[in-house]
Amino acid sequence: MKFFLPAGFSVCCLLSACGRDPVPEPALSAADLRPTRGDTFVEASLGDPSRLNPLLASDSASGSVNGYLFNGLVKYDRDLKLVGDLAEFWTVSPTGLDIVFHLRKNVLWHDGVPLTADDVVFTYQRLIDPKVMTPYGSDFALVKSVTAVDPHTVRVVYKEPFAPALESWGIGIVPQHIFQNTDFNTNFANRAPIGTGPYKFQILKTDEKTVLVANPHYFEGRPNIDRVVIRVIPDSSVQFLELRSQSIDSMGLSPDQYMAYDSFFKHHQKFRYPSFSYTFFGFNLQRELFKDLRVRQALSLALDKREIIDGVLLGYGRSATGPFPPSSWAFDPTVPELLFDPVRAKALLAEAGWRDTDGDGVLDKDGKPFAFTVITNQGNKMREQTAVILQAHLARVGIKVEVRVLEWSSFIHDFVDKGNFDAIILGWNLGRDPDQYLIWHSSQKGEGRYNFIGYQNPLADKLWEDGRRTFDQRERQVIYRKLHRMLAEDLPYIFLYYPEALPTVHKRFQSVIVAPAGIGWNFREWYVPKSLQRYRLAS
Amino acid sequence: MMWRYYGIRFLGNRLALAGAIALLFIGLAAWTAPLLTRHNPNEQRLTERLQSPSANHLLGTDDLGRDVFSRMLYGGRVSLRVGLLAVAISVTLGTLVGLVAGYWGGVTDAVLMRLVDIVLCFPTIFLILMVIAFLEPSLWNVMAVIGFTSWPGLARLVRGETLSLRERDFVLAARGLGLSAPRILFVHLLPHLVAPILVSATLGVGGAILTESALSFLGLGVQPPLASWGNILTSGKDYLHVAWWLSIFPGVAILVTVLALNLLGEGLRDVFDPRENQ
Amino acid sequence: MGAYLLRRLSLTLVVLVGITLLTSVVMRLAPGGLTGGVTDLSARASAHEQRKKFIALYDLDKPWYVQYGRWLKRLSRLDFGRSFKDDRPVLEKIGERLPNTLLLNFLSLGLVFLVAIPVGVLAAVKQNTFWDRAVSVFVFVGFSVPTFWLALMLMILFGVNLGWLPLSGLHSLNADEMSFAAYGADMGKHLILPVLISTFTGLAGLSRFVRNGLLEVIRQDYIRTARAKGLPESRVIFHHALRNALLPVITILGLSLPDLIGGGFIFETIFAFPGMGRLGFDAIMARDFPVVMGVGTIAAFLTLAGNFLADLAYAAVDPRIRLSGKR
Repeated sequence: MKFFLPAGFSVCCLLSACGRDPVPEPALSAADLRPTRGDTFVEASLGDPSRLNPLLASDSASGSVNGYLFNGLVKYDRDLKLVGDLAEFWTVSPTGLDIVFHLRKNVLWHDGVPLTADDVVFTYQRLIDPKVMTPYGSDFALVKSVTAVDPHTVRVVYKEPFAPALESWGIGIVPQHIFQNTDFNTNFANRAPIGTGPYKFQILKTDEKTVLVANPHYFEGRPNIDRVVIRVIPDSSVQFLELRSQSIDSMGLSPDQYMAYDSFFKHHQKFRYPSFSYTFFGFNLQRELFKDLRVRQALSLALDKREIIDGVLLGYGRSATGPFPPSSWAFDPTVPELLFDPVRAKALLAEAGWRDTDGDGVLDKDGKPFAFTVITNQGNKMREQTAVILQAHLARVGIKVEVRVLEWSSFIHDFVDKGNFDAIILGWNLGRDPDQYLIWHSSQKGEGRYNFIGYQNPLADKLWEDGRRTFDQRERQVIYRKLHRMLAEDLPYIFLYYPEALPTVHKRFQSVIVAPAGIGWNFREWYVPKSLQRYRLAS
Repeated sequence: MMWRYYGIRFLGNRLALAGAIALLFIGLAAWTAPLLTRHNPNEQRLTERLQSPSANHLLGTDDLGRDVFSRMLYGGRVSLRVGLLAVAISVTLGTLVGLVAGYWGGVTDAVLMRLVDIVLCFPTIFLILMVIAFLEPSLWNVMAVIGFTSWPGLARLVRGETLSLRERDFVLAARGLGLSAPRILFVHLLPHLVAPILVSATLGVGGAILTESALSFLGLGVQPPLASWGNILTSGKDYLHVAWWLSIFPGVAILVTVLALNLLGEGLRDVFDPRENQ
Repeated sequence: MGAYLLRRLSLTLVVLVGITLLTSVVMRLAPGGLTGGVTDLSARASAHEQRKKFIALYDLDKPWYVQYGRWLKRLSRLDFGRSFKDDRPVLEKIGERLPNTLLLNFLSLGLVFLVAIPVGVLAAVKQNTFWDRAVSVFVFVGFSVPTFWLALMLMILFGVNLGWLPLSGLHSLNADEMSFAAYGADMGKHLILPVLISTFTGLAGLSRFVRNGLLEVIRQDYIRTARAKGLPESRVIFHHALRNALLPVITILGLSLPDLIGGGFIFETIFAFPGMGRLGFDAIMARDFPVVMGVGTIAAFLTLAGNFLADLAYAAVDPRIRLSGKR
């Protein structure tokens, strides 16, 4: 039996959570309240960044590294208002077709070369270059021309009004002098990037870490924290263990980790705020089964969303009513939720002709049982759990659901892109602009496009088009709120929930403030009082 | 006669006996699962999620409030079935290839053995992954893939034995009588190979159960909501910090079962060892 | 001898080509497509659009045999191509990981030998006693435990609760600023858990082999003769018997090579260890063909080379083997 000892021993420790004694945190003195420089911020990432180039990267690991290294012309501030980033200010013509960006004059690339309007023009040209492997081209399809008026002024002209235009210029600007006359896709700089951001690239060790150091010449001033390290730890349970042993300073938590014993968070502070995303249960509307609105309503009534939110999100999220998150101005708070009502669900199904005639517990119609398969992607625990709960709920009204959890590559390639599924559980990460033309417009059906459920509604099409053409936020709000209601009634998806972001940050970091934009919007101002600093940079 | 002798020797091998008894218990528990628990393994009670072991839930509940004890029992059925059927596939294939290659020799042998070399040169799990990506994970595919990738070792073994057996008098005599090749292979040769095949199969079942848990770890194992020890263990990993019972019980179950299989397999090897049968 | 070598080499080449062909066919027929490391949908980025450009640029729309032909042609210049994910040369990516994997495996293999041989001898000498059984149970527990589970448990114990060892990774954050000695010590500390676990889980094969081999050898005439000559038992065992019992181990080693090189990715994932297994696994999941082909080929090549050396070594130490090509 002695061989079981180590495991048994650690079990006891798990149970009682008896770790090492907590190191008492020294009280902060007045001097510590003044921002100081120094220390290192260690983040965890599940994967390795692929390309450190904001035009080529589409994976989240690259995205988060690029955020430290590059700037767009505009950015969202703490209250999710668009403000200038590389652009000091901008003017939009009354038609909305003509935007002039006035660039800051004190911006240097990390190699010391000044940023000019030519860099912006170059970035645009790469975005629309068919040879460049960028996924962001569609944002710029409506641009007619981008010209450098003078070294610090860029003029962008659109073919037709495009309200999300301004937001799209938040994409990172890349340096012309590095990429000119080279192959953009394979340039060495994609692994050793030169940007304008608050941090400079230092080293990337594949599957180990990426190290960034403070940019002393940053145009808004040097950030306080000397160094940022993004460590690759591919397993989230291990990330959490590393967090507890203070080897990492920050990670995104799952609801269960967030709920874990307080003693696990002796050194870390937890944050929660709504994220810009939602999870849905979508129907393939090309399938006969889901064409009847009554059936979709019945499915929605049969789901106890409360139970999903309590069981999967543990309450860290809220029930969704439509495609806009509550923190968006497009969200219509008056759209009612379809409540849980299995009796009405059954009645509606009976009305649509679905009855259990053979007494096997599964509804049938014309001799065919009401059975379908719901797919979701592997690697997202919450979606898998949702699928299993949903399966149980629908079984109670006599609907037989199979769950298939598919590995991402074949999930996207062979099922989603090809419309080869009955129903799907998936989520959308949204931009701050409410435009979702690509997801809902009937022109966006077809292989590889985002309207993979085949939604078609001429009224909605018109509204999505109008929403893109209108610049006045109040007018747009009216449009999007109509859409919100329309989709809630039409039920092409059952909108399940808006999850919350649950990050945690080591307590030694000061000035960490939660705003509508989350945390991290003022990362440059974070600091660690000298007495609490854990890492020193050699020289 | 011989088998009775083996039986006595087996009873004398304490470890093998312990393994066999443990397996009997585990198999019986899985077999009679409905009698041992009144909880449906897939019934969710989200209000009772992650409860620690109690009189009602002997081994606690999981992240969806399902009873872990009954999931362990029913999951045991799945894991054992994966192990047994995967091995059935690999034993059939391995024996067949080995017999054919060893008996005929020549070009047949060369081609088959190169095939064996090729498969043996891959990291096993690498091959399994490629095929799983191909087939999408389901109970049957997991079994099939594990089975179809684990035969080469046995094929080599059987070939070696066949090579030495085919020059023996009884085979030569059978050939002289003009018996058909399949008859010689299956009626005359195969019985002599039962012992090594049985040993290799016993060890193989343990290997397959471990492989299933590895695939579950990667999310490529048996599909939800069906329970297997591998996917209970994997989901336990996410709750290490709040629900130790979700990791400990399936981990120990796998450990004990595979250990029992290995002790049994090794014991059988000793029992069948011809050198000790003098 | 020369003819034997030639024959062996040509067979090896056949197997190597077979492996690349099999990998190529399986990967190209597999469902799914490039992911570029993306694992979730974003309403703003069109991964499909990106993928289409990619497919056109890299000729991925051609049939698999055409692509395989091109791959072979490039390979003849030792060009393994570039990764689809980050566009780095495949050889460079493998070159980064292989040393880590080899380091881990050589360390644990060395330790396996150090532990398994005495343990196996003990079991054989004390056959059917308490010691024999205790050793059997010990090595089989290692063999039977799901590795990732054991790893997590030990990480919690030694890393979190006791705080003796680092949890994962290969270096501390500030390793680059350390002196050479400190750097080595730091790496050593990071290697303790992975090496110990992979040793523990790898003991069974060798120790059983030593035990069973020794049991067989002990019955041979020359051992009886040695004993009859009145040599001390320890000398009989260690000098005469063990040497012969260990010979076949060389072959066993050769056979376990592929799993050592490419089979450790669950382990590597848990320990955030930058090794070959994870490289191969991520590449399969992202359908990063050049990397999959590269990892498969290099692993196979090393395995075959290892087997080849094993055969030569075997022939060199065991005069009974005639170099006729028979196995």
